[in-house]
This record gives sequence, C-alpha cells and structure tokens, in this order.
Amino acid sequence: MSSMAERSMGLGLRALGRLAGSDVVDRLGVRKPAERVLYRATRDGFKAASAAGRTFRAVNGRGKPARLSTTAGTGLFDLTPTDEQQMLQESFKAFGAEQLRPAALRADTAAKAPAELLSAGGELGLTMLGVPEELGGAVSERSSVTAVLAAEALAHGDMGLAVALLAPAGVASALALWGDGDQQATYLPAFVEAEAPAAAALAIQEPRALFDPFALETTARRERDEFVLDGVKSLVPLAESAELLLVAARLEGHGPVLFLVEPATSGVLVKASPAMGVRAAATGDVLLEGVRLPARALLGDGDPAVYVAAVRRARLAWCALACGTARAVLDYVIPHVNERVAFGEPISNRQSVAFTVSDIGIELEGMRLATLRAAARLDAGKDAAREVAIARALCSEKGAWIGSNGVQLLGGHGYVKEHPVERWYRDLRAVGVAEGALLV
Amino acid sequence: MINLEIPKKFVPLVGQAHQVAEEVFRPISRKYDAGEHEYPKELDMLAALIDGMNDGSDLGGAGAAGVRRTDNGDGGVRNGSNMSTVLGIIELCWGDVGLLLSMPRQGLGNSAIASVANDEQLERFRGKWAAMAITEPEAGSDSAAIRTTAVYDEATGEYVLNGEKIYVTSGERADLVVVWATLDRSLGRAAIKSFVVERSNPGLRLDRLEHKLGIRASDTAAFILDDCRVPRENLLGSPEVDVRRGFAGVMQTFDNTRPLVAGMAVGLTRACLELTQRLLAEAGVEVDYDRPAASQSAAAAEYLAMESDYEAARLLTLEAAWMADNSKPNSLQASMAKAKAGRTCVDVALRCVRLCGSLGYGEELLLEKWARDAKILDLFEGTQQIQLLIIARQLLGKSSAELK
Repeated sequence: MSSMAERSMGLGLRALGRLAGSDVVDRLGVRKPAERVLYRATRDGFKAASAAGRTFRAVNGRGKPARLSTTAGTGLFDLTPTDEQQMLQESFKAFGAEQLRPAALRADTAAKAPAELLSAGGELGLTMLGVPEELGGAVSERSSVTAVLAAEALAHGDMGLAVALLAPAGVASALALWGDGDQQATYLPAFVEAEAPAAAALAIQEPRALFDPFALETTARRERDEFVLDGVKSLVPLAESAELLLVAARLEGHGPVLFLVEPATSGVLVKASPAMGVRAAATGDVLLEGVRLPARALLGDGDPAVYVAAVRRARLAWCALACGTARAVLDYVIPHVNERVAFGEPISNRQSVAFTVSDIGIELEGMRLATLRAAARLDAGKDAAREVAIARALCSEKGAWIGSNGVQLLGGHGYVKEHPVERWYRDLRAVGVAEGALLV
Repeated sequence: MINLEIPKKFVPLVGQAHQVAEEVFRPISRKYDAGEHEYPKELDMLAALIDGMNDGSDLGGAGAAGVRRTDNGDGGVRNGSNMSTVLGIIELCWGDVGLLLSMPRQGLGNSAIASVANDEQLERFRGKWAAMAITEPEAGSDSAAIRTTAVYDEATGEYVLNGEKIYVTSGERADLVVVWATLDRSLGRAAIKSFVVERSNPGLRLDRLEHKLGIRASDTAAFILDDCRVPRENLLGSPEVDVRRGFAGVMQTFDNTRPLVAGMAVGLTRACLELTQRLLAEAGVEVDYDRPAASQSAAAAEYLAMESDYEAARLLTLEAAWMADNSKPNSLQASMAKAKAGRTCVDVALRCVRLCGSLGYGEELLLEKWARDAKILDLFEGTQQIQLLIIARQLLGKSSAELK
C-alpha cells in the first residue's frame, strides 16, 4: 500500500492502542462497533463517493466508435492560429479575465470552485471541444493546439479554476479519442448534452516521491469477467464531487492501463486533500479498495499506446496552463515595476529588475513555442514523445522560476494575498509535479 | 495553421548544408583551429559552389546574402529566405562556426549590403566579399559612441574617413569593408552612416590580426583609417542626417542578422548535444522521454534539461526568421532568439565538456573546441546584456535614456 495508507494505518494503530486497552469498550458492549470505528480510522477521513451526482446506465453504441481525424496543413512553418482558434482564444481569455480572475482568490481559499462558475464553464462548451460533432461535440477535427490555446487562455485568468473547468473536458476528450462505441454512448452524453457537464478527471498520480506514471502501485487484477482495483490516487481534481474518473492502474501481467470508474462504485472512497496550489480545482485523494469493475470499464482495450498517449497529453495540458499563468505573471509585473518608485525613480529603470523581466519574456516564449510544437505534432499524427518531454522540462523549470520572480519583483507586496503573484508562485509549481488530471 | 516543423521544401537545402558541414568543414576543423591565421583554401571551391546555388534559387545557400525584406503581397504565410538562410547556417555551424564565418562572400558586410543597399550598389558590389567594421577600442556595445569620422569633401565628391576599427571578421581576406563612421559626433547616433570601403584602399591599413579563444579559423582584423577617401556612391542608405529616424537605418540590419547569429549558436549547440549523446550512450546512459527525469540518471536528467534549452533557442530563432519572412516587426523576437541561443550554447557546451570528462576536454575530439568557439556567439552582434536591454526596453516601453 501507499505511504498515505501507511500513515493512515499509523493513526489506526494509535487508536487500537487506546481502544484495546479500554475496559469501557467491553463494559459498554461496543467492542464490535469500536472495531468498525477502528476500520474507518485506517481510512483517515475518506468517505464513500456515492452521494455524488449522476449515475450512468450502460448503453450499447453502434459498435464502431466515432473518431476525430487528424489535421492536414500546408506543411509550412506557421505560428498563426486559425480564425476559429483566434475566436475561441479571445472568448476564453475574456472569460478568464472577467469571470475567473475575480473569483480566484476566494476559490483558492475555499479550495473549491463556485458552482455557478463551473456551470458557466459548461456553457462555454469546454467539454465539447474535443468531441466529434456526430457524438454531440463541437468539432470535426480533433485539435490539441486548440485545447492548448484554450487552457492557456483560461489559466491566464486562474490556473486552479482552469483545472476545475478542464478536467471534465479531458475525460470527454479521452472518451472521444479512445473509448469504444459502448463507452462513448454511455458516458459522452453527460458531457455534451447535460446542462452542467459531469464532474470528471483523469486520476494517474499516486502519493510518493519520485512518482513514475509507468511504475504504478495501483493494481488491477482480472477475476472472471471483472477487474478488481486496489490503490490510492492523489491530486485528483474535483475528487469529492467527481461522477466519473479515468483511473490509471497496473494491470497484472500486462502493464499500465486506464479504467472508467464511477466513484459511486463500492470500494471507492474519496477525500479532499488541498495542496500548495491549484486549490480551486478541489484536489483530493481517491482510495480504491477491492473495487470491482465490469470488463467494459477498460479504456482503449488496454492498449499500452493509449496509456502512453494519455500521460503525454496530460503533461502537455499542464504545459499549456503554465504558459497562461506565466503570461499572467509577466502582464502583472510590467506595470508594477514601471509604477513602483524607489530611490527616486521607477524600479524598472534598474537593470537587475529590467533584465529579470526580459528573462521572463524569453523563457515564457520558449515554453510556449515548445508546447505548441508538441501539440501541433500530436494533431498531425506525428510522434511527440521528445517534444512533450521538452515542453514539460521547460514549463516545469522555467515556469516555477517565473512564478518565483513574479513574487520577487513585487518584493514584500508579492508575498501577501493582496496581489495574485503569491498564488501564481504556488500554482506554477504544480507543473512538473502533476501527472494526469486533465489532457489536451 | 500552427505548425512548427521545418517545411518539406527546405529539406534538400538542409541536407546539402549538412553534407558540406560534415564533409568539408569537420575534417579541417582542427587544422585551422591549430593554424590560426592560415587561409582555409578549401573554402574557395565551396564558395564558388554556393554562389552557383544562390543564382536562380530561393534557397539562399548558406550565408548572409538573403536577408532583404520583400513584400509577398499574396497575404499567405511565407517561409522564405530568412528561414532558409537560418536553416543553412544551423547546419553549417553544426560543422564549424569559424569556417562559416570564413566563407568567402558570406560576410556580415554582405548582409548589410543586401539589407540596405540601393539597386545600383547591389549591382556594383555583387560577387564581392564584404566584412563589417563597427567596433572601436573605445566603443563596443555602445556603437553610437564610435569616433571614426567621415567628412565630406565637396571638391572631389568623396568622404574622408579617419579612425580605428577592431574585431573586423574576415577583415584581411574580404574585398570590401563596410565601415561605420559618424558625419557629426555632436548629433549622436543619427549621424552614423555606413560606408563601403575597398580593401585595396590605401587609406585602410591593416594593423594586426587577433589571437583568439575560439573561432580561430576566422581572421579578426584591426584597421587604421588614415584619411581614407571613399566615393560618395559608397555610402549605404541616405546621406541626410535625420535626427528623428535616428539609428533605425543601420540598426535595421541587426533585426535581420541577429536570428542568423542565433542560428549559429543553435547549430553549435546541436553539435555538442549529439556528440555527448553518443558518448553517454557508450557509457550506458540513454534518455527516456516518457519516464520522469528525476527517476533517471543525473546525466540523463541533465541532458534532457540541456536539450530543452536547445529546443527553446531553436524555436525562438525560427520564430524570428518566420516573422521577418512575413514582414512582421521582429526586433523583440530577434533579440530573444539571440539572447537565448547565445547563453544556451555556452552553457550547453561547457556542461557537455564536463559530462564527457577527458574526452570532452581533450583535443582528440572537437567538443573542447566547440566550447571555446561558443563564447563568441554570446558576444558579437550584441552581447547577452545588450539583448536583455533591448528586450526590456520593448517589454517595459522604456527609452534608452530611462533604462540605461
């Protein structure tokens, strides 16, 4: 079991010491219930997720899943978004500025996105962006570039809220990309038809140092027609409210795969677990204890390539978020250093300040180009292993560096919540840590 | 539509340039590093070949011939000579930066002429090798402070140039030297003009050739201009001193040439990475792009970090060239590319030497030479600090008086 489960076990053992030695337990005849309490204590605050939202009725699709085609361009080097992408970019950026930024501080403090914002996000049609028209989606061609531009624009407003809004879109995209006909028919309507899209997320991360998504400790074993899952997932957006999770597990004798897990299933326990940043995404842990899933819960037939693709696309989504938030830092520090006066002139008249701004600009542009290149390669159906790794390396290191210097340039003002840079400092560290959660 | 891959039409050019780098440059790299100031005669035949390639083809060969801006008119996206030139330079500098700089008829002076000369001058200087003389002992980055003067002599219709120029790449070997001089020091940068001086002009005296840390294949000359008389037809651009337009004319050259120098750094960086990758593989280290860097060996993690900086530099360089091809103002991106590529090549080269141990440090392989060559790329065409100044002024909306 994971370290967190062990920690929980530690609490349980402490409770055992107290209870086992207590005469009161026997005198009151509560030995059995107390043992039950003890059992709960090992789960340290986890609770069943059955209270959450909608249930899904298995539907037989038309057999063949619908797929989005890859895009063919002129082959010229080009940094111009299509007209459609520019329109989306502008509307998401406006939504980010008008709706997300003003709500960000409160959502960060509450570790929860306001419900009205989530439904407003539903109205934006985010969950339809990666789904083909014939399945009720909004697009005829699948485009990771579009998804990257959308994530970047929203994260310019606020990264935590962007994650809350985009996690369900990631699951919808995964269904469009890899779901079979039945899976698409069962689950996609909840993302493209419902008034408020289903709360959903991609759960890959596990709580331990040096976590490697290709060395999972969450296991799945076959038992007759079923799969049985055990393990713990961490940093899962919308964990407590999720209605559908895409869970990564190591299938015994096979390797890492993804399962569609309805959190209402017996054995799935969830717990809010806020982190340093992206708090508005209401991250939490998901405990899987002997969770029995039907055979149809396996995504993409367990094809190893599907899992690799999901991991890469998730990493790229975090890169896009980093680009948006790092841009927010740059846009925020420029007027600040120009207006802030020290020693009789604006601090931006000093090279040490001005050059930091230059370096933010340079590294941000490099992050962004690397992210776009990887996304465009995905859209063209080209291998993007190296490009995704490079984008992630840049966005993780330079992103956190930009977050740190955003605070530095504001000095003490950057450290207090009056300004958003301290939040961006925390949010930007998520990139490079996070695996899964959402994808492009 | 967003796409950051190299277009297919440039594949043959890249292939040719790579072949030149591998089969012409690399075999003589060490020879001309050791024999500083020897003329690399192997380049003569190559230069003739490239002249042939330049005629009748959009693929601007390898050098600095094609950075003139033209309107494409059709409104579509263009991948033109700025990009093809950068791509050629990347490949050639994967071979050897010093030898690229020594390529006959591909000097920075040629770039200046190609960028700002009028049609008559273009015709007159066609086929000539032109070096560039800007720096002076007392004026490096601060090129507006140059002291070389140009005085117009009404009687003969000539400008008379006096002063001292240093760091003139290919100064000894070139046919022409493009000299920056001021018409009136009291008018500042607006009065700075560039003049094309024949190398054979008796007023242009070669003072010495420098001994350098790297790019030793390339000769670096110092000149004394002593009543050097230049016909007025050799002034590039307008002879008027327009205080309002200021430096724009001469500085415009840099917007076009900085991506080229960034391209040099990108090529050298890739050379270092490829050799290091091979030596690391022999030592049993290979990068897995999917597994987290922290779960791999420290050398693999470091390689990935270096490769990511390389890719950022490369893409910034292509972006700047793409903007130039599409007539978008690119001085911000050109400086970003130059700053990032310049510092990345030094950083990567020195780290690669360390990773490769005595193989990296010894003269048996070329890595130590590349690490010495690299440093010039963070200095010339504007040092790292100058690029950061330009970028900061643009991002912050500041004048050079406000942000010094």
